[in-house]
Amino acid sequence: MLRHQGPSFPFAKEGELMPSPLLEVHKIVKEFPGVKALQGVAFDLLPGEIHALVGENGAGKSTLMKILSGYYPYGSYEGELSFEGKTCHFHKIKDSERAGIVIIHQELALVQKLSLGENIFLGQECTRGFGIIDWDQCWTRAQELLERVGLKHKPQRLLKDCSVGEQQLVEIAKSLARNAKVLILDEPTAALTEEESLRLLSILRQLRKEGVSCIYISHRLHEVLAIADRITVLRDGQTVGTYPRAELNEDQMVALMVGRELHDRYPRQTRERGAKVLNVKDWTVLAPDQRLTCQNINFSAFKGEILGVSGLMGSGRSELFMNLLGLWGKTRSGTLELDGQPQRFRSPQDAIEKGMALVSEDRKRYGLVLGMNITENTSLASLSRLTRWGAIDAETEIQKAQAFRQELKIKSSSLEQPVGNLSGGNQQKVVLAKWLLTEPKVLILDEPTRGIDVGARYEIYKIMNELVARGVVVIMISSDLSEVIGMSDRILVFHEGRIAGEVMAAEATQERIMAMATGTLASPSTH
Amino acid sequence: MTGTRWQDTLKHSFRENIREYTMIAALLVIWFGFGFLTEGIFLSTRNLSNLFVQTATTAILAMGMVLIIVAGHIDLSVGSTMGFCGALAVMSMIRWEWTTVPSMLLTLLVGTLIGAWHGYWVAYRKIPAFIVTLASMLAFRGAIIGLTDGQTLGLEMIPDALTADRFKALGQGYLPTFFAEVQEGQWHDSSLVLGLVCAVAYAWGEWRQRKARLKHGLSVLPLPLTLLKALLILGAGSVFFAIMGRYLGIPFCIILVMALALALSFVTERSVFGRQLYAIGGNADAAKFSGINIQLRTLGAFTVMGLLVALAGLVSTARLNAATTSAGQNAELDAIASAVIGGTSLMGGEGTIRGAIVGALVMTSLDNGMSLMNMDITYQYIIKGAILMAAVWADMASRKA
Repeated sequence: MLRHQGPSFPFAKEGELMPSPLLEVHKIVKEFPGVKALQGVAFDLLPGEIHALVGENGAGKSTLMKILSGYYPYGSYEGELSFEGKTCHFHKIKDSERAGIVIIHQELALVQKLSLGENIFLGQECTRGFGIIDWDQCWTRAQELLERVGLKHKPQRLLKDCSVGEQQLVEIAKSLARNAKVLILDEPTAALTEEESLRLLSILRQLRKEGVSCIYISHRLHEVLAIADRITVLRDGQTVGTYPRAELNEDQMVALMVGRELHDRYPRQTRERGAKVLNVKDWTVLAPDQRLTCQNINFSAFKGEILGVSGLMGSGRSELFMNLLGLWGKTRSGTLELDGQPQRFRSPQDAIEKGMALVSEDRKRYGLVLGMNITENTSLASLSRLTRWGAIDAETEIQKAQAFRQELKIKSSSLEQPVGNLSGGNQQKVVLAKWLLTEPKVLILDEPTRGIDVGARYEIYKIMNELVARGVVVIMISSDLSEVIGMSDRILVFHEGRIAGEVMAAEATQERIMAMATGTLASPSTH
Repeated sequence: MTGTRWQDTLKHSFRENIREYTMIAALLVIWFGFGFLTEGIFLSTRNLSNLFVQTATTAILAMGMVLIIVAGHIDLSVGSTMGFCGALAVMSMIRWEWTTVPSMLLTLLVGTLIGAWHGYWVAYRKIPAFIVTLASMLAFRGAIIGLTDGQTLGLEMIPDALTADRFKALGQGYLPTFFAEVQEGQWHDSSLVLGLVCAVAYAWGEWRQRKARLKHGLSVLPLPLTLLKALLILGAGSVFFAIMGRYLGIPFCIILVMALALALSFVTERSVFGRQLYAIGGNADAAKFSGINIQLRTLGAFTVMGLLVALAGLVSTARLNAATTSAGQNAELDAIASAVIGGTSLMGGEGTIRGAIVGALVMTSLDNGMSLMNMDITYQYIIKGAILMAAVWADMASRKA
């Protein structure tokens, strides 16, 4: 098995002195009422190192980062934190930023309607003094910073005109403007496509050369292996160990994270394709700005199979399904048959009544009412069927919610817990419960495991299999290629608003799907 | 059950309901404070009975405002439209010589249509409610002047005396007794019977709810605490009915407020419409994706508000004996303040009907108490503003903790 390693510098040539750590935490203990989130965590970061932090949700990664960044002020935890050899007492986020530690959250702290330049200097504008902005200086410095992160846009461009991947890079430029010595990235690629992720990783490598260290938190283990110099695994608020990259592979990492071996990350089942349920012909979608988003889409979905949908973000895959359900854009042409009956859903409620359900990729925005509790969220899409004498039948509502809570193993203190307090995996299960309660014929899952830890992921896969076995048509949209291949029976690949191809999962490889998705099928990349 | 767990439950339940408890505590402080400052006049049955009647208009508007704010909107027009509705009712009785019921129905219809008009522009034309209702706030103030020619229309100008009396009863009348006339200071039989009915209904409902929650394994207060809570609420209810019973009985407008509170609590807590409003205010995107017809629900909320505005207009006109051009001025602000003091979040998705009623009582108590003290109007406004700030600040602070 793997042995635990103390702090070591992977690139130190023999005979060289080990560089002293840039950032070091020692025996950190952080307690919340009733929970010990961190129980003596040790962690160190060397100068010019990319150090990955992995662990299941709730392992304590975010808590540790909030301590490093001063979100939890000095004194609210036990243990020691030192930076550049000095003990640090950060009382607020500004303190850590001044020292050179900048944290970039999953939800970007940028203003959509401001320009890139304004965003980069947000809160520390270039001024001529007296609070008057020096625009010339702002634009020139912003231009330099944008180039450093590999963006070719003008600094005057508005942030909302950039893709999510580009916005992520703007956020990094912003931290560079604050002279960051340590970048903390929390799930930076969760919202990015494979291509954008690769770009981000290469920028991080570039910054490493320039001496910027990075703490990289991600559930995407292949990325971790691609970029990290060392990897620290956290489990249940404790450090399992710190390992040089060369010593770990994905399976070993998963085993360390969950504390046991997961033999198969994808519970694949052999099953037989059944009747055709959904048939879409010549479907063409116009975006609200009249842009053609999807053209001449033709596909069918069957009982007894999981239909995977792959493609880069912005390839029109999510938009197509939202449009099919009447949630987005305009349908210019096309026919849709459900169980052989032609349908055109006039509204989302119409689609839901006819048996369509869509679990959106952004569960906090489109899936849940965070202030409402589990019961209320579960019943949200089925309220009209849960009434008696015009009132919500509280009895039935609670029974149904309770049944799903048990079936889907939603971990919560009670049914009355607001879903905002649940972990990502449990939130996703509540969204699933909501849609399963509508008794759908077709269940479309858009990025069903994004930002969810390994254990909960596996449970969601099992639920999907169970649904297929019960005769629900499951369509899974995903950017995670290994997930698409691992879970689907058949895969549709989108490229620029069209279906570039269809492959049976058994014959699919990541390279082949990527080639279709990027439109380079003629010369598939082989490396 | 061990002692510590019992205390934990108590602490937990206290923390969960801290906002309601602080609100009620604040109300009691205000009452006894004024009682002290006015040498007991404030706490006399006569004044308290008056206070409740004064509260009726604000309470009706505040309850509607809860629906609007919960859905994530605002209604600034309620003062002007309430004045307009009142003027319309009086006008129809004076100039067109309508009898009470038709003129009331007309007023309710017009109010509802005004609400629906707001809802249409907000929901289907996507104009911010702030703007739509600001426009109405101005326009209907003008319409009142146009309708009344700038005159004050007293109820004594109504040609048919019976019509006028019936209309007045809505604002000034009391529940009739079963037997002989009673004087002030004697017990009012029918009011007490009504109180008894309410008490039994409350106890029965509470008991049923507790049983249902236990059946589904949901947390409940331990039995002694449930009984204590029920006793406190029944006690407060008894005091309320006793005050009314000692002074001429229950006013009609209070019965109206109680009925509306019951109906709207049902809407917010048990109906699909209400639940969907909370979802829309909590997260409109998620509501849309869950197949909720946001536009129709928004239209519905404003329409209900319109109906309530018309009712408030009738009650206030009947109570004040006249329709004036300035009727309802600042009523929208009192209504919003009451809702917010009562725990409604201006971010949407949060708020209760009973909270709004307590909020309305707080606002009206301040008015009433400061008037009794003959306080300079300057300070009355300043104090009301300060109380609103303090209430919201306390709310935000308690949320953070």
